Amino acid sequence: MTEITEPIANEQKVKPQSSLKRLGKRLLKSKTGMVGLIIVVAVVLMAIFAPLLTDNDPAKTDVINRLLPPFWLEGGSTEFLLGTDNLGRDVLSRIIYGSRISLLIGISAVLLAGAIGMALGLIAGYYGKVWDFIIMRTVDSLLAIPNILFMLIILAVMGPSLITLILVLGGTSWVVYARMVRSETLSIKERDYVRSAKAIGAKDFRIITKYILPNVLSSFIVIATLNVATTIILEASLSFLGLGIQPPDVSWGLMLSDGREYIATSWWVATFPGIAITVTVLGVIFLGDWLRDVLDPKIKD
Amino acid sequence: MNVVEDQVIMEVTNLKKHFDMSKGFIKKTKTIVRAVDGLNFKVYKGETLGIVGESGCGKSTTGSLMLGLLDATEGHIYFQDQDIAGMTQEELRKARRDLQVIFQDPYSSLNPRMTVEELVGEPLLVHGLASGKELKKQVSELLKLVGLREHQMKLYPHEFSGGQRQRIGIARALALKPKVIVCDEAVSALDVSIQAQILNLLKKLQKEMDLTYIFIAHGLPAVRHISDRIGVMYLGKMVELADRDELFEHPLHPYTHALLDSVPIPDPRLRKEHQLIKGEIPSPSNPPPGCPFHPRCPYAQAKCEIDMPEYREILPAHFVACHYPLVNEDTNVLPDIKKVK
Repeated sequence: MTEITEPIANEQKVKPQSSLKRLGKRLLKSKTGMVGLIIVVAVVLMAIFAPLLTDNDPAKTDVINRLLPPFWLEGGSTEFLLGTDNLGRDVLSRIIYGSRISLLIGISAVLLAGAIGMALGLIAGYYGKVWDFIIMRTVDSLLAIPNILFMLIILAVMGPSLITLILVLGGTSWVVYARMVRSETLSIKERDYVRSAKAIGAKDFRIITKYILPNVLSSFIVIATLNVATTIILEASLSFLGLGIQPPDVSWGLMLSDGREYIATSWWVATFPGIAITVTVLGVIFLGDWLRDVLDPKIKD
Repeated sequence: MNVVEDQVIMEVTNLKKHFDMSKGFIKKTKTIVRAVDGLNFKVYKGETLGIVGESGCGKSTTGSLMLGLLDATEGHIYFQDQDIAGMTQEELRKARRDLQVIFQDPYSSLNPRMTVEELVGEPLLVHGLASGKELKKQVSELLKLVGLREHQMKLYPHEFSGGQRQRIGIARALALKPKVIVCDEAVSALDVSIQAQILNLLKKLQKEMDLTYIFIAHGLPAVRHISDRIGVMYLGKMVELADRDELFEHPLHPYTHALLDSVPIPDPRLRKEHQLIKGEIPSPSNPPPGCPFHPRCPYAQAKCEIDMPEYREILPAHFVACHYPLVNEDTNVLPDIKKVK
């Protein structure tokens, strides 16, 4: 037998870094991630400190000053920087206060849907058989019902409130996650590393949480961030139909639908909340992309 | 090798694994793939049993069955007098402390989201054998044992080369101090030079830790280096099983002979005319009647097409399943059986 020298272990200089430091370093490297973080933090701060940012009451109507244009246009006033809507309410302060509900709904509905979808998708994919059948047929039936119609029915029965709105939005959109997680799980559970986990005697719970979940997480995050956008818009549709946010509460979606009628004459009423939604969603997506990269150890820092 | 001849550590009797591949809902077509179809063999303590065969012959399925990763359709797998085939999940989990596996592809057998420390320490953690500082200490000892450095603990699998990854896989398998390790094509995915390193490492570990290996591979040369005994599988069945040297020097089954013949010889002057095996391996869902090898066998006779040859010990410790084994005084020369085909 030929003796072969023992392996040359590669002598890369690896400095152990604290994971937090590593995270920060990665964030600085990613420009879009940075932009995303700034936007999201700004919106969150705006929601928290809304009363400090504006003196105008977002619910106060002022019919004399209705449909005033933004201050830089003729007829605008510096009191209402972004103009007023059809009832003379200040658009800027409504955007600032509206961020509270829009953000709350967008994020908590996505978290709720994500948690349900993730759990059921993992169970269906991993255990298969009866579980898979029950869960996936439920998903199919939910997908067969038009989403909006389904939500309207539930909201009409339960009565519109912030909590029911979140429950309904989250309770209907989990199917997307469940399908995605299930199909990813099906492919991952056949990989050798999952077999190796079984071979060392790991229990199902450990295999699911340590082997499958981390490996479906990146696709999951992408879908979840995109869904924050969809949810904010969906809330707008529900508000437009009168079963979403009820005045005097205000959300971006509600403003968007309020302004729809005046888009030809007073464009600012719908445009500014629209911009707010777009920018926020973009920020969330950037942040999600960055988060996905950070969670993947293969992408080097 | 320190083989204890009469101490059987594992015994497989009449092992079968059939996969139901029936398709269609309205018009059902029933197909059953007989991946493993009646295996009988013993594994002795401290030995390395090589199992070879073409792809699709059921050797990896056999490995999975012996590990309890698949449920057997029929038959028994005795490991230390317990039948793995009849164990509950919980019993199996406990048995796995003594029964480990090294996988073929080091790129897909390590969870990409875990560091080396987590990967190697996990078996100990799962079985509650160590935690905290003690775990870390044991992990670094294991890494040293397989030739990796302690400072590589915090790295992820993708930061290593194929050979190093396989070492991580070995460390993970060794963590529980098992008695038997199934090496499922453990070196097939590696470069030849790395293969030799890993094989030597496995041999060294076998001596140090008193391990028994079941070494699955698709080529005879790879198992020759490491095995004490070698079994040759064809279409879900064991066709020949003998001591390594016996098998290489006096193959009794035409299939083994053909496999040995097909090993490339580097020196062109030593090359001789050889017969290639004709045709393809038949589908295990529709095996030929009689001897499964008869359609490709150069010595097949009428009987081979009808009767399934019995797997029997025709020489001491030399098992073969063939009606007309190549027994001859000078066994390197093929007996002159009149070709029927």
